[in-house]
Amino acid sequence: MDAAFLVELTYLLSATLFVVGLKRLQSPATARAGNAIAAFAMLLAILATVVDAEILSWTGILIGMALGGVIGGLAARRVEMTAMPQLVGIFNGFGGAASALVAVTEFLSNPAVGVGTAGVSILLGTLIGGITLSGSFIAFVKLQELMSGNPITFPGQNILNAVLVLVAIALGAATLGVVGAMDPLTVFCIFGGISLLLGVLLVIPIGGADMPVVISLLNSYSGLAASAAGFVIGNMVLIISGALVGAAGLILTQLMCKGMNRSLANVAFGGFGGSAGVDRAQIGKRPVRSADAEGVAAELGYVNSVVVVPGYGLAVAQAQHELRKVGDLLQERGVSVKYAIHPVAGRMPGHMNVLLAEADVSYDKLYDLDEINDDFSNTDAVLIVGANDVVNPAARDPTSVIAGMPILDVDRARRVIVMKRSLSPGFAGIDNDLFYMDNTLMFFGDAKVSMADLVRAVRELA
Amino acid sequence: MGELMVGLYVFVLATLAGREVITKVPPTLHTPLMSGANAVSGIAIVGAIVVAGRADGTLQAVLGVAAIAMAMINVVGGFLVTDRMLSMFKKR
Repeated sequence: MDAAFLVELTYLLSATLFVVGLKRLQSPATARAGNAIAAFAMLLAILATVVDAEILSWTGILIGMALGGVIGGLAARRVEMTAMPQLVGIFNGFGGAASALVAVTEFLSNPAVGVGTAGVSILLGTLIGGITLSGSFIAFVKLQELMSGNPITFPGQNILNAVLVLVAIALGAATLGVVGAMDPLTVFCIFGGISLLLGVLLVIPIGGADMPVVISLLNSYSGLAASAAGFVIGNMVLIISGALVGAAGLILTQLMCKGMNRSLANVAFGGFGGSAGVDRAQIGKRPVRSADAEGVAAELGYVNSVVVVPGYGLAVAQAQHELRKVGDLLQERGVSVKYAIHPVAGRMPGHMNVLLAEADVSYDKLYDLDEINDDFSNTDAVLIVGANDVVNPAARDPTSVIAGMPILDVDRARRVIVMKRSLSPGFAGIDNDLFYMDNTLMFFGDAKVSMADLVRAVRELA
Repeated sequence: MGELMVGLYVFVLATLAGREVITKVPPTLHTPLMSGANAVSGIAIVGAIVVAGRADGTLQAVLGVAAIAMAMINVVGGFLVTDRMLSMFKKR
């Protein structure tokens, strides 16, 4: 067997192991091994490449690997779990940038590439990679709250984007020499600039609460950019791995959109969060029943079943550890405790599950919407912490702005306890009838302080 | 069949395989799935090594090394942070 054949076999093994590794992510029991398998597949692909590629100078390659390895390792070790969306966001950006740079470097070594697989792939890699890079950067800045998470919109925004896409297509054609007789290098540079600009323009109109969709979509793009880079250099393992990531990102994007009952187009161009037809002055003016920590403890401590609904407010207040203590104390008293997690409960898909896992909540206690919704009518008490729109029964009203959004049917439980700062509306900007129901108790206050009070109160129960 | 067509077949079939495998990942693991997928997209490192290795100009060499560094952030950071998260998922 010659060396080239061995290298190809190694790439094939690597691609296979990526699929095997991803498959192990289907259960929390096997997921960690799956991730290790995928990491091993990556190592194989890198080894095969350094053996196979003609390498003129090792210095730069080793410096680049060491630099990236140290930065990535430190970031992975230091990041807080609440900041996971930003981290994944910025990593997406680096992935997209790497693929774009592969395409750009290939172009620079042969600007007269002309029409063909290589030329078109270079343009696609640059375009998708460029959009991923600048879009992820904006998403990172928004999530890190270095700029306002509010949507930034201006008149003619969508028209401008459409024009830019057309200009990019024209410039792409000019780069390959299909139209015009301009210097390919100059045209290509403008093409790259427009790719970056498009990434910025596509993400700034999207609000903070829609970020799960954006992060998922950019994840998909980073995969597609890698695939395009694979076509540029004619490497199958890049094409396959990129396609896997592209599929993963797209599936998660669809799930997030479904969780909000909105189309991708609506998220991207929608301008959601306004509250047309809602009288905001009336919000929070109706009478509610409220309780203190002792009252809430008594409601939770003497029943058979409690379902906790954590929302993003819980994570903001960093109260997940106290929440777990309440859950443990209730279980010691013989109460069955489950956690119901809405698909868009955090700032990225599955974010809330990670935050609860970090707080040592057993993963078999975490239930998603489809698994738990039928249980609410048999539940004694529901404790909602920092969630609002995802438990708003208005979603069943066809005239509501959130009509059709999947919600957790908490109002069917015998007792509903809502821990919240105030009666202020959630992201949808509408009032929540749940707060005013006869079987609802409001437990006002900061989630962390209230939860600490609740831990004490449950402990003091007889 | 030309190289382009082979590549397209591979791309389409890999997308379908990915769809089958990933649809079955439970929502509780969606964040690790995303950061893990992110690490896999660091496969661009392969392309980066190829172009950096054969770079014949200073600019190409610099861009190639930058691509390697960024892909490596993705690979090392992505797999490590995924492992860190998955190590927290325990059944008690």
